[in-house]
Order: sequence, then structure tokens, then C-alpha cells
Amino acid sequence: MQLKRLCTLGAAFLLLPVCATPALAAEEIVVNEDISVSGDYDWTRFANDNITLNVYNWGLYISDGSDDSVDVVSAFEELTGIKVNYTTFDSNESLYAKMKSGGASYDVIFPSDYMVGKLIEEGMLAPLDYDNIPNISAIGEEYLGWDFDPDNTYSVPYMWGTTGLIYNTTMVDEAPTSWSALWDVQYAGNVLMFNNSRDAYAIAAKRAGLSLNPSSVEEVDQVMQDLQDQKSIVQAYVMDEIFDKMEGGEAAMAPYYAGDALTMIEDNPDLAFVHPEEGVNFFVDSMCIPSTCKNKEAAEMFINYMCETSVGYANCDYIGYSTPITAVWEMLDDDLKYSPIAYPGEDVMSKAEVFVTLPDEINAEMDSQWSQMKSYDESGGSWMVVIFLLGAVALSGFNIWRKLRKKMRDNY
Amino acid sequence: MKTQNKRLLQRAYIVLIFGFMYLPIAVLIAYSFNENKSRTVFSGFTLDWYRSLFHNEMILSALGLSLVLALVSSVLATVLGTLATIGIHSMSRRTQLIVNNISYVPVVNPEIITGVSLMLLFVLLQKAGIGGEGGIFGWFTLLIAHITFNVPYVIFNVGPKLRQLDSSLYNAALDLGCTPRQAFFKVIMPQLTPAILSAFLICLTYSIDDFMISYFNCGTMQTLPIAIYSMTRKKVSPEINALSAIIFLVILAIILISNHMDSRAYRRNQAAIRKGAAEV
Repeated sequence: MQLKRLCTLGAAFLLLPVCATPALAAEEIVVNEDISVSGDYDWTRFANDNITLNVYNWGLYISDGSDDSVDVVSAFEELTGIKVNYTTFDSNESLYAKMKSGGASYDVIFPSDYMVGKLIEEGMLAPLDYDNIPNISAIGEEYLGWDFDPDNTYSVPYMWGTTGLIYNTTMVDEAPTSWSALWDVQYAGNVLMFNNSRDAYAIAAKRAGLSLNPSSVEEVDQVMQDLQDQKSIVQAYVMDEIFDKMEGGEAAMAPYYAGDALTMIEDNPDLAFVHPEEGVNFFVDSMCIPSTCKNKEAAEMFINYMCETSVGYANCDYIGYSTPITAVWEMLDDDLKYSPIAYPGEDVMSKAEVFVTLPDEINAEMDSQWSQMKSYDESGGSWMVVIFLLGAVALSGFNIWRKLRKKMRDNY
Repeated sequence: MKTQNKRLLQRAYIVLIFGFMYLPIAVLIAYSFNENKSRTVFSGFTLDWYRSLFHNEMILSALGLSLVLALVSSVLATVLGTLATIGIHSMSRRTQLIVNNISYVPVVNPEIITGVSLMLLFVLLQKAGIGGEGGIFGWFTLLIAHITFNVPYVIFNVGPKLRQLDSSLYNAALDLGCTPRQAFFKVIMPQLTPAILSAFLICLTYSIDDFMISYFNCGTMQTLPIAIYSMTRKKVSPEINALSAIIFLVILAIILISNHMDSRAYRRNQAAIRKGAAEV
């Protein structure tokens, strides 16, 4: 009797929190302490179909359980019973190459804006069925309908950000406000630059007052000339090394992505970030489904899951880039929520430009000019090639002569 | 005085060489204990990255794939390569030269060419319908690719050892009543074992190390080097430092243990000989 009463008491206690919290609790499905998803979506319809989704994302671009973060992928597996084979790439171009080679078939990919456009153009993406992605309504209006996919037929925004100029306040005389600072000779040897043609071009083009999407080959040549002029003051062309160089005070300024700038400033408070007045690049990394996908509905479920508030918050927290999900933005700390770096105001956004897919000839010109610029060396590096070549020929001549001599001796 | 200077120079030289070889590893290990994510500023000691590493499923599964792939492909490549070497050995001198040169080509070929050409071959097979709906790329293609680039290393490791062997040993074994199989396993194999083992280890290293060839042939799988490479847009995580430190220590331990066992076996051998001599 006593026991029974105790049990009822226990049950009542268990029920209490459910009753206490309003209707919301009944609708939400709690996967673990950090992840809960909306209840009016059939998450488990593929639970027994033994499906594996091949997800291909940027490296370190999802909250993966490391460094005390939430493991959103395994929470998805737990929720839906779908297995996720999660792999990563380092650039839009390697994603494209991988898909084009026919060597792999993915279900969900995360290309950036201009690559979305290119993939659409080549018919490599499948149109999304928004009946399976109701969470599209959670995405802020301003992140939808950009030029590369005007109706969002193929892509759902995942993360966005802008580029900008990060500088070390102790190493500059006055805070830079323009991209021209990267051409300023007083910082010779103290300037870092993007090591990819598209981002580097964008900076030079903006500085010259041009669009970062060139419309003619001549325009490319003109802007690339500026980049070549800049080369003598650039310390190094780098990507992720920017973190170490800026945090360690090895360089005075560098262009990089706003979200990463926040991480750097956190580690080294001497650093500061500015959106240069000429305008910046606004990028949207999106979620898409390739046309070769075998489990489209499950892939759409994954995309829908990624747009859940708790998932979006975990990702935003881990990656540090800006989120397109309104509810996630509302959850952020005020510091970050109103940070002019992560969520810049209208003055920056009105001048920001998004990359579009370039025609092949312009793309090719940009690539060849870029590699020419990189390999161009004022101190006559081309002479070294000739000298090495002569050296190699002399060496092989000597070897042949030695062999011949040996043979003659042996014959003798 | 002069000899002292000379000795000092020698010492400095040794220190310099070992410094170049081991300082980078020391730095890498040191930063695996760094509290913040930076690779330049050391802010404090922590074991968090090791803990975090064992919770990172992506890195662990990539590591698992790399290890299993390396083991399986090295075993298969070593068996194949050893058999090939024995076959080549019994060819005429001219054919031997030709076959050896042909198998040398993949070694001197840039990896990217091997990688892309294998991929093209697999794409061709896939177009012919092999591999079914899911496509051919994955574990199978990775394994074949790794065996392919490993086999030549085995041939060039075991070949010279086989040439050094006295061929009359084999004949003597036959004369003394061995079947050819017995002669091979009891006489030839034991003498080849060190070369085969070192070939196996070389394969293992190359296989774990390989990026280029795996990159083109992995399909939707991901080996460890590919996982690390993809982190370069953001910052390579210190978990990788932690992982590298562990790998380095494991390899160091293996080397030390095997050296220790070798020297013990040698000493026991010497003792046995001395004992034998004393008895006579």
C-alpha cells in the first residue's frame, strides 16, 4: 500500500513538468538536452528503411560534438533512424570537381552562392519539394531570393556572412576604412591576402569601384593588374593561416570572413574588423540536393532538420558565422545579436554584392591571370628555371659520359 | 685542441639534423596541449583536445577507415608483390628487365596521374554497369587503388633480397628431399622475411599517408588526410594535433619494442652459440 502510494507520487512528479510547461512541450520532440525539434513533422517515416544519406559539407562547418559542442548529426540519426555518412570538402571548386567526375553520389551538399548558380545551370541540382521542408518559413526574408537562385527552387540558406578587413590596432596608425589600405606601401610586408582568385579579385574590383562579377575579359585584366601591383607589399597569400598570423601579430591586416574575424578578435583583443566603405562580398552557403540523389525525401528531411531552431543555434554557436534563421538570431547574446561585424546594418548590406556564376571565358581568364600573377616574380624567377634546366642537362650528360667510359673500360 | 673543435662541430651538426627532424613534431605535440585554438600563442595546459578527439565521430571514422584500409591493402599488396617477385626472379634476364621497368613506372609517376587514371578507369567500369545503382566508388575502389600503388614498393623491396640469395640453396633443399613447396616455405621464405616485413611496413605508411590517389577514388568515403585537408577553410582543429601526437607515440612505441625484441633475440642467439662452443 505504502509502495503504491509512493509510486503514484513519483508518477505525479514525473508528470508535473509536462503539465507545468504550456502547449509548446507537447509539440516539441526532445532528442537530447540541446536538441529538440518541432513535433508536427513525421521524422520517423524512414526509420525502418535502412537509408544512408551522403552529406558533403565544408570542413568544420557543422556542430560536431568536439570542443563541448552539440553533435547535431548523431542527434539526427537518433531522431530519424537514418544513417548519415558525413564527409567534408575544402572549397566550392573541389565540391564541383568531385560531383562532375562521377566518382561520388551525394544526397545533401553545401555549395556557396555562385556554385549553386553554376550547378543549377548545368542541371546538377534537383528542385526541392517544400512540402517536406516546412522550416523554410523560419528563414529570414532577406536571405531568400538572391540572384543565383531567385525563387529558391534549389537551395536553402545555411549560413551567411560578409568579407571585410581585419587589422591589428597596435600595428596601424589609423583604423583603415577602405580596401585601399591593403595597397598602402607603409604596410609593405605586413599585409596578407586571400589565396583564392575569386575572393582576391573581389577586393581589387571593389577598390577600383567595379563589380566583383566582371562582365568582360578586359575588366578582368585591368583588375588583375592592380593585384599584381599589390604583390610587392603582400607578405603572403594565405587562407586559414590568417588565423595564426593575425592572432600572433605577424601581420597588420588581412581580408577575411566576418565570422572568423570574431573568433580571431576573441583570441586577440588587439584585433578589429571593418567593412570597407567600397562594399564587401556577401555570401550565402546553401543546402542543395544533387539531381543524382537516391533518397530525395530523406535528404529534404535532413535540410528541414538543419533549419530547426535548436539545430541552427548549435551550428551558429560552433561555426561563428551568421545565421539566416530568425528564431536563432533572437536566441543569441545581445553582444553577438547586435554585433556590427556579424549582422551589419543597412549601410553595409546595401553596398554588399553577391557572387554570381561567371561565363566560362571570364572564369578561365581570371584563373590564368591569377596563376600568372602568383608565379610572376620581379627578380627574374624565370631565369632560375633555365639554370635548373641547364644543370639537369649537364648532370645527365655527365652520367651518360661516365657510363660510356665505364663500358669502354669494361670492353677493354 | 683541434680534435675538440672537430668534435664540437660534429655534435652541432648532429643536433642540427635531429632538430630539423624532430622539432616540428615536438611543436605539434606541445600545441596539442594548448588551451586555445591558436597555433602561435600558448595560453595554458589542457587535455581537452584529447577528450574532444574521442568524441569527434568524423575524425574517428576517418581514422578507422585509414587504418583498416592501410592494413588490408598492405597485407594484400605484400602477398601479391612477394609472389610477383618470385615469378619475376625466374624469368629470363631480358623479360626480368622489362617487367621490372614496367612495375617501376607507378613509383616514379606523379601520384596525381595514378589517381586520375584509376578514377577514369573506375568511371568507365561504372558506365558499363559494374557496381550497380550505388556506383562503384567507395571501399572497393579505394582498396584497389591502394593495392595498386603499394605493389611496386613490395617488388622493389623483396626483389634485391631474393637476388642476393644463393639459388643453390633451393636446389639443395630439393636434393635433400623437400617438395618444391616445402623448399619455398622452409628455405626461401625465412630468409626473405625481413625484406617482406619491411615492405609491409612501407606499404602501411604510404597507405596511411596517401592523399592524392585516395582523393580521386574514395567516392563518398573519407580517409584521414582528406578529412584534415578539408579543414583548411576554417582552422585545422587542435584535435588533429592530439591525434598526430598519439600516432607518433604509438609508432615510436612499436619501433622501440621491436628494436628491444631484436636485440634480445640477438643476445640469446649469441649466448646459444657461446654455449654450443663451450660444449664442444
